Amino acid sequence: MAKYLLLKHYRGAPASVNDVPMDRWTPEEISDHIQYMNDFAARLEKTGEFVDGQALAPEGTFVRYDGEGRPPVTDGPFAETKDLIAGWMVIDVDSYERAVALAGELSAAPGAGGRPIHEWLELRPFLTAPPTITE
Amino acid sequence: MDEALLRSLTPSVLGILVRRGADFAAAEDAVQDALVDAVRVWPADPPRDPKGWLVTAAWRRFLDATRADTARRRREDLVEDEPAPGPAAAADDTLRLYFLCAHPSLTPSSAVALTLRAVGGLTTRQIARAYLVPEATMAQRISRAKRTVSGVRFDRPGDVATVLRVLYLVFNEGYSGDVDLAAEAIRLTRQLAASVDHPEAAGLLALMLLHHARRPARTAPDGSLVPLAEQDRARWDTAAIAEGVAILQAALARDRLGEFQAQAAVAALHADAPTAAETDWVQIVEWYDELVRLTGSPVVRLNRAVAVGEADGPRAGLAALAALDDALPRHTAVAAYLHERDGDLAAAARLYTEAAARATDTAERDHLTRQAARLNSREGCAG
Repeated sequence: MAKYLLLKHYRGAPASVNDVPMDRWTPEEISDHIQYMNDFAARLEKTGEFVDGQALAPEGTFVRYDGEGRPPVTDGPFAETKDLIAGWMVIDVDSYERAVALAGELSAAPGAGGRPIHEWLELRPFLTAPPTITE
Repeated sequence: MDEALLRSLTPSVLGILVRRGADFAAAEDAVQDALVDAVRVWPADPPRDPKGWLVTAAWRRFLDATRADTARRRREDLVEDEPAPGPAAAADDTLRLYFLCAHPSLTPSSAVALTLRAVGGLTTRQIARAYLVPEATMAQRISRAKRTVSGVRFDRPGDVATVLRVLYLVFNEGYSGDVDLAAEAIRLTRQLAASVDHPEAAGLLALMLLHHARRPARTAPDGSLVPLAEQDRARWDTAAIAEGVAILQAALARDRLGEFQAQAAVAALHADAPTAAETDWVQIVEWYDELVRLTGSPVVRLNRAVAVGEADGPRAGLAALAALDDALPRHTAVAAYLHERDGDLAAAARLYTEAAARATDTAERDHLTRQAARLNSREGCAG
């Protein structure tokens, strides 16, 4: 089994095919979209492939250490040009091919006009613990 | 097996162990072990005296755990003079446990976790699931909390207000996991209100019951939020409302008003309205005035602005809102609502979108996005 992170972006990913912001959909289209996402997660729980899913607020702050005895430096909210993560799902699957197939399914979530968004999702493998058998 | 009965016995069993001389942290572990034993043994072999059974099992677990030589000497002394606590002592023990678990030296998250385990009898795993953290993390949080209060004298009374704040947090943190935290908070507050004479304990219990009564109507079948004005009031739990109102009236009659009683009074006025249109907003504004006087809280002022908008019209609500810091949580959502009521749909749609971006939970975010979408999809105000 291998774990993969599916990243959804507010900004920074290439534009999706059905690129209409959510507040320009109808309320029913929004409900259908949410239902699709919930059903997707529920299905992965049933197949034993779901690990975690979280949504993030669009605003955040960069923070760094500024030396002994000083408060940390903060910078933010993020400038418009920065990549912005909207949320993630972690899956635990048997193969890279399965991870790609699932990401494709998630990207087909319906948007404006009830048509798939074709949203670009970022698929990132987790680095694992070293295997026991190495030769 | 009656898990509710089992859990309700937790604080008095723990209290007895502490009275017998066990230190709090070890006694708490021993009671947890005894609860696990009970879950295993009781279904096949139910005890005639559940509490006596638990005390014996927990005490044995405690003795097993303190098997070291020095501890053995001490334990033999302890076994010599086991006091036989009466019912009054049990009630006091329960109350003291609440004080200890909500001790001001604890952070809110620690106090919540310790209360749910030591008073509520939940397992670490159940608490971890409810708060969506790994079990090991929750176990550490609880054991650190126990270390923090290890030097606190068990026999000193604490401050009821700190306990109420912890129970309020438990109630307000939602319904995730297999444990219903809201129902658990009600159970613990009911138990507290029975063991302490305090109008605010009654006020908090009433507040919880009145909000809990609306729960079946708060979400649509698809999980989306249903605002108060659009809820199907036939689905409100009338028994919970009647109980909440009765408890509140008895508390108010004592003439020692506090913020929980005032909040409960607002909830009672909503519960009392057969339809949203019949809500007595003028009285609700008066209760918010009391709440502002009692707490000075900006969040209360924000809720008051909503009530003013209903009582005196959206312009009055917007005027009340203008006096408040727009960085307040939900400020933008309230502004959107009042602008919509005032007929400025374009401004309302823009503000709903902005409010969705500021929402702190997904249900509210989705609700606000739908509101924006609803206005944007009306003809003539796309822009």
